[in-house]
Amino acid sequence: MYKYDQYDQTIVDERVAQFRDQTRRFLAGELSEDEFRPLRLQNGLYVQKHAPMLRVAIPYGLLSTRQLRMLAAIARKYDRGYAHFTTRQNIQYNWPRLEEVPDILADLASVEMHAIQTSGNCIRNTTSDQFAGIAHDELIDPRPYAELIRQWSTFHPEFAYLPRKFKIAVNGAMEDRAGTLFHDIGVHAVRGEDGNTGEVGFRILVGGGLGRTPILGHVIREYLPREHLFTYLDAILRVYNRFGRRDNMYKARIKILVKELGLARFSAEVDAQWANLKDGPSTLTQTEIDRVAAFFIDPIYETIADVNADFEKHQLENKAFARWVTRNVFGHKKPGYAAVTLSLKKTGVAPGDATDAQLDAVADLADQYSFGEIRVSHEQNLILADVKKADLFAVWQQARQIGFATPNIGLLTDIIACPGGDFCSLANAKSIPVAEAIQRRFDDLDYLFDIGDIAINISGCMNACGHHHVGHIGILGVDKHGAEFYQVTIGGSQGLEAALGKVIGPSFAQDEMADVVEKLIKTYIALRFEDEDFLDTAKRIGLEPFKASVYGKKSGHSSSELANV
Amino acid sequence: MSSIAYIIRDGAVVADAWTLIPAAKDGAAVALPPGKLIVPLNVWLAQRDALLERQQALGIWLDSNQAPAELADAINRFALIAVNFPKFTDGRGYSIAALLRSGYGFKGELRAIGDVLRDQLFYLQRVGFNAFAVRADKDIHDALTALNDFSEAYQGAIDRPLPLFRRRSTMASAS
Ligand code: SF4
Repeated sequence: MYKYDQYDQTIVDERVAQFRDQTRRFLAGELSEDEFRPLRLQNGLYVQKHAPMLRVAIPYGLLSTRQLRMLAAIARKYDRGYAHFTTRQNIQYNWPRLEEVPDILADLASVEMHAIQTSGNCIRNTTSDQFAGIAHDELIDPRPYAELIRQWSTFHPEFAYLPRKFKIAVNGAMEDRAGTLFHDIGVHAVRGEDGNTGEVGFRILVGGGLGRTPILGHVIREYLPREHLFTYLDAILRVYNRFGRRDNMYKARIKILVKELGLARFSAEVDAQWANLKDGPSTLTQTEIDRVAAFFIDPIYETIADVNADFEKHQLENKAFARWVTRNVFGHKKPGYAAVTLSLKKTGVAPGDATDAQLDAVADLADQYSFGEIRVSHEQNLILADVKKADLFAVWQQARQIGFATPNIGLLTDIIACPGGDFCSLANAKSIPVAEAIQRRFDDLDYLFDIGDIAINISGCMNACGHHHVGHIGILGVDKHGAEFYQVTIGGSQGLEAALGKVIGPSFAQDEMADVVEKLIKTYIALRFEDEDFLDTAKRIGLEPFKASVYGKKSGHSSSELANV
Repeated sequence: MSSIAYIIRDGAVVADAWTLIPAAKDGAAVALPPGKLIVPLNVWLAQRDALLERQQALGIWLDSNQAPAELADAINRFALIAVNFPKFTDGRGYSIAALLRSGYGFKGELRAIGDVLRDQLFYLQRVGFNAFAVRADKDIHDALTALNDFSEAYQGAIDRPLPLFRRRSTMASAS
């Protein structure tokens, strides 16, 4: 993974000193709340319901065990022993004290980490595919480009006060595990104009996003030669910075500008700016690409057989292990290796939450079995990317002890949920208790396996941090006359065939939600063709059967009223 | 008379000899007092000839929603261009400044005016401002220190066009 040199280290160290002084001035009354707000946000610090919340960047989801142990130590020292992994490859602490945040940032800087631009109206943490570098369907390792973009965007002086937040995702595989269609800018690393042969370049998408107005990104450039990456991004951002709406925060994202201007006009504006910048000093060099790419070389794999007899034997003898293998083990490009997903979705624990002790234990596992690296997924789970098949049984046993071996990756209980009303001051409704109620309802593993792949996503409000629009079943917290209600969508999906879910009808009360999901699932089970998954069934049969199952004759029910969202 | 105003110019606190003419509805109706003036765009557009005849160094200011293109043909007539920040969180002025410097090649004094605060000075300097009219209720000497908040930066900008990655490689190959 990328290692800081003296320049990178100086930049984060100077940032800590700057924020320490800003915090001091705020506490001394020299900076007003309004003046301090954007400064703290760009250092990851929100003011939440109970306390400040600190969001730390995990650039493109990669962590060393040294970093993970520091994250655990921070949870222990400054928080209540917890941390929360988000859907955007960040980690959040819910109970830090404002006065101590500069110390936390200093601790992070000591392990080459930071909270820079994890919030605020600026270019946010760049995200990528959690299986980058190991995926069997990878065309190009996206991580060097994600790191290059991280550096380009860090303290970009022109774009620190944009109309609104700005998110960039990079993908390099056939499948899109980075959600590039739902980002302000999506970058697809491709080879040549045909995507497969020739020089590395990028297909650039613009104007996608979830939130209040979910829109799929548009391709603004089919093939951008790689040396132009920064100048082209600069041109897009400059057009957005000058012309994006600032009068209404709900219309301020770049997707609205692209929609209002139309792609052709937006693109012409970008080209006009690009003419000024193209081939200028920011043109990317081969030397720099090579320098950064050299950090992402493969670890030293052993040459081993792909089939391991012990591993096969354990699967035959141990049903629980076999189940875990089916769900939590992902194919690897190297024979004899596999990637393991540690599930942070145990029933009764908030999705994405981990304790300091669990984080330390994961670090031990990674040191012992996976070259000392961990990845963080958008689904709020952790990944050991390079485990020998021969070691899988041992990894499973140890993961069980820390409660991270629930065999549910991609299953119904692998729910993606934002922190919601328990923590977030923007929430309309709670997310965590809804996730838990659903997990409890579906506690029969055989049934879960029979249901198969299904993504349930829960957001506590329109900001869509739980990505509810792309859940096969999406659940959105809405406020109805001061009460917490939930609107349900069906048919959303991520990836190359990304789609937005459709609202099935009036919203539900919190205590109805487990019933509702159960009815939707029963409808699917009853109507699916043999191996048809939920999404395909939903596409084929449409919304009606699902509606009938949950609304039935129940019209006029007190809780049924189309939420005004 | 009003007391002397101070600004930061080229890294030092100095007395300011310019008079800023505030925005007015009708640019043609604004009277031009003697001395070095920074006029709003509509005054320039309405009284261009009169302003050029004054034999005085001339300044103009743009608001955050105004386009540098409005000045294009006359850019080198101005000794000073100011860009207004109605609120410090309105970031349009950063792109306006970068465009004035790189797109239009403006070489004179580029001044940030309006809600100009210490914690934005470093970025403002990077996009091409060399003068800062720090908000009057703030300590300008305190603000001055912010120009040195960082000793390094990744990306190229107006103050240092070569991005770190280009300097990094020459530094590496030089050693
Ligand atoms: S979706 Fe809303 S409630 Fe949930 S974390 Fe985001 S802002 Fe908070």
